[in-house]
Parts: sequence; structure tokens; C-alpha cells
Amino acid sequence: MTTHPSPAVIARYADREASLDEVTVWSVEVHLEGCADCRAQVAGSTTDNSRDLLARVAAGVDHDIAAGPAPAGRPSWSAARNRWLVWHSAPWLIMTVAVLGCAVLLDALQSSIPSVVSLLAPVAPLPGVAIAWSRRHDPAWELVAGTPAAGLAMLLRRTAGVLAVVVPALALASTRTGVSLALTLLPCVAFTVATIALGAFVGVRRAAAGLGTAWAIAVVVPAVVTAQLPAALQPGSSGVWALLALALAGLAATRADNFRRLTSHN
Amino acid sequence: MRTVSAAETATTIHPWVVHAEGLRVRAGRHLAVDGLDLALGTGVHGLLGPNGAGKTTLMRALATVVKPAGGRLTLLGESVDGRADLRRVRRGLGYLPQQFGFYPRFTVREFVEYMAWLKEMPKTAVPGAVQRAIDRVGLAAKAGARMKTLSGGMLRRAGIAQAIVNDPAVLLLDEPTVGLDPEQRLDFRELLRDVGVDSCVLVSTHLVEDVVAACTDVVMINGGRLVYQGTPNDLIAQGGQGDAGDSAAERGYSALLRRHRAEAGR
Repeated sequence: MTTHPSPAVIARYADREASLDEVTVWSVEVHLEGCADCRAQVAGSTTDNSRDLLARVAAGVDHDIAAGPAPAGRPSWSAARNRWLVWHSAPWLIMTVAVLGCAVLLDALQSSIPSVVSLLAPVAPLPGVAIAWSRRHDPAWELVAGTPAAGLAMLLRRTAGVLAVVVPALALASTRTGVSLALTLLPCVAFTVATIALGAFVGVRRAAAGLGTAWAIAVVVPAVVTAQLPAALQPGSSGVWALLALALAGLAATRADNFRRLTSHN
Repeated sequence: MRTVSAAETATTIHPWVVHAEGLRVRAGRHLAVDGLDLALGTGVHGLLGPNGAGKTTLMRALATVVKPAGGRLTLLGESVDGRADLRRVRRGLGYLPQQFGFYPRFTVREFVEYMAWLKEMPKTAVPGAVQRAIDRVGLAAKAGARMKTLSGGMLRRAGIAQAIVNDPAVLLLDEPTVGLDPEQRLDFRELLRDVGVDSCVLVSTHLVEDVVAACTDVVMINGGRLVYQGTPNDLIAQGGQGDAGDSAAERGYSALLRRHRAEAGR
């Protein structure tokens, strides 16, 4: 808005008695919305009565603002205490870390082959992931499942929260016991991805339980009985674990819309 | 001056906000909604029916929480059966489930804020919308109280607040008046009329008086099928002197149900 209305027009705009055609009124109003100087002029052209009234209103508003409650501060969503997942998964994560601690102790006491830490590494994140996406553990599950944010992205975010605790714990355990870092973390990631991929079909909780049981029966029990390093954890197998994780991640990505609804599996 | 976006001025090309044709939805193994045809426009619709009629299952299907087992379901002109992308439709939905779970540590404001965030509302709009929703259900004095300290009626109102926080085009309330005292029910009816002016509200309830007082339209289902759809006055006109019930609307309700059962039994 470049041209200001003339003082005469503004005076007539402000004066209730004076007549001003509608088109001019509109153009003055549009201009006033964007021009503080002209607004001041309008204020100056009003009668004493109106100025008194405005002053009284302003004083009243100021008084009420001062008397009323202070505006609420910005909500701090980063505050961890508010996160449901933090509170709810804490016992499970503490248990996971404690079990890993026991495994480190066992390995230190008798340096057996295979190491207990490497046998536990793939299944370590599974309890946490199962809790993160379970209708029995999330009280507002039905509310959450009906929102646009529900879906694979939310599951991944919650899983990342679990891995943020489990992966450093595993890394620490592996450096303590001298097990290869790659052969600790890659199976852990691969099993997490496998849980999500399988979870798209049968539900995350069942997938975690099934994979944990399968690992225990197929690898842990034979390894403990024969006291030999299982083939899956031989030094050369890290490439296979990485490829497996990538392939399963691709599968999970294609089935992303299976996580959008409430299903009886979870 | 506010800029009006193209999406706001776009004309709606769907004749019905909610449109179901031959909808079938499972609750567990049981087919709770079986061949339901329903078309709802703007306004407040009361959903009546005996226990086990499929009201809650229908609500869940309309909230896109469960996947229909068959038939067609269109919300806001977009198909939501099968593998459709639900994100856009869900942004326009508000849903209060019958069993309403919540996070006990959250305050009312945090809870409504969290739901607004899950509904992917613009960040700048969230605090204002949350305050407005809490004001509308009359919980402003309790906004800072933790959810676990609230009474049943207050919890129900917090649930209604999270449902209306995003100004939904489709508002689904499953038994919202449970636990509300008579005065709160009157306020709630007022809120329903207010929201129903420009959105489609479906309220499931057992209280026939609520439907007559606050709804523009009555939908009655039994055995997963539509029994009756019409205005509250039509419902009243259905009842005769011989029918069970203490009010004209209750007599109409029992007359319709009796007639439907007689037809089904034939």
C-alpha cells in the first residue's frame, strides 16, 4: 500500500456523522490494517468521548491481564519423564542390561567357547521391541492406532529408543569379553529388523517370541551342549548378517501398511 | 489478512461424508457388522442398538482402526478399505473409543497435546487448539491435573477433548455420556449441536433421550445390519401405546426393534 489516504478522508472516516461512500471506506480500511501511522491519525481524529472509552477499556484489559494467571510455559516434550515408553519399557531394558551384565561375568569367570554374550546378542533387543508395539502394554493403543502418525514410522521410532539402550550395552559387553563387535551388533540389528518384518504378518509380539525361541532351540542349545562356536557366529559370517538385515529391512518397508491398523495379532 | 489455502475453498465432490455399502467387519472371528449400508452427511447422528448389535465394531471400522472384512467404506470421499493410505483421512477424524485407555502420568493438557501431535496438527496451532478443546468440554480448571487423579466423568470429557482437538470433519464418539452427570450431559448435548453444524458426528449411545434431544438423525442397527434411519420425530412416530418404554422415543425404539426381530425370525 503506497498512497496514504488524505487527512480529510481519514477525518471523514473517523467522524460518524460525515458520509463517505462505501468504496472509499473499504479502501481506507484495507490501508489501515497495514499502516500504523494512519491508524494513529484515525485515533487522533476521534472525539474525546471515544478516547476516554478506549483508555478505560485498555486500563481494564491491562488490569485483568495482571490479575489473571500467567501464561502457560512452552510444553517441553523432550522431557523424558513424560514419555510413556520411557517409563513402561524401563523395567524390561534394565532386565536386558542386567542379563548382559551377568553374561559378561560368566564369560569372565570361565572363558568358555562360545561366549555367552555373543549367544545372547541377537535376542537382547527383542523384549524391548515387543513391549514397544503391543496393544496389551500401551493403554491408549486404540486411540493411537486411529491417528495418522500410527504406522511403521512410529514403530521404528520406538524401536530406535530401545536400541539406543541395548546397542551401547552390547558394545560395552563385547569389548569387555573380547568378542568381535561386528558379530555382536550385526546379529542384534538383523534380529530387530526380522522381528519388524515378521511382525508385519503375525504381530510384533508373536514375532519376537517366535524368533527368540527359534534362536534358543536352533543355536543356543546346540552350542551349549557341544561347547562349539555355532556356524552362525563364525568370524566370516558378519557379511551374511548384514545382507540378511538389509533384505529384511526391504521386506518390512514393502509391508509398511500392515502396521496402520489395530489387528488381533499385536 | 488471513490467506485462504486452495484446500479450504475446494468444493467437496463426495455426496456423503461417511458412506458404507455392504460393509462387513469382524470382531475376532465373529462377523459383528454384516452387510451394513449407511450414508451419513453433515449433522449429529445418534447410533442406537441393543448390546451386541455391532455398534462398537462399526465405530472402530469407521475410525479406520480395524480393517473391514468386505464391502465398501468411503470416508470424506476417500476409500478406506483394503490397503488404502489412511493418513489424509485420519487427519480429519476424531475418535473416542468405548474402552478409553490413557497414560496415567500425563496431565490433561499433555494428553490432549500428545494426541494433537499424533494427529499431525501444525506445531504452531497445537497450544491454541488444545486450550480450546479443553475449554469446550469444561475441563479448564483441571487442565494441569494428572489423568490418574480424575473422576470417570472427567476422564470421559478429557477423551472428548482429544477427539475434537483437530476440529474433525468426522467425529466418532462411542458411548461418550457414560459417567457424565445430568448437568454435564446437557453441556455435552450443546457441544454436539455446536460441532454438528459443519461436521459429521456419530454418537453411539444407549440413552434414547440423548439422541432425541441432541441428534438431527437416528441410525439404528441390530445384528450388524441397518434397521432404521430417520429423524428423531420419525422414531417417536413409530411407537404405539402398547410398546414398552417410558417416553415416546423409547416406545418408538422398542417398536422398531420388535418389528425387526419379527422380520428376522420369519
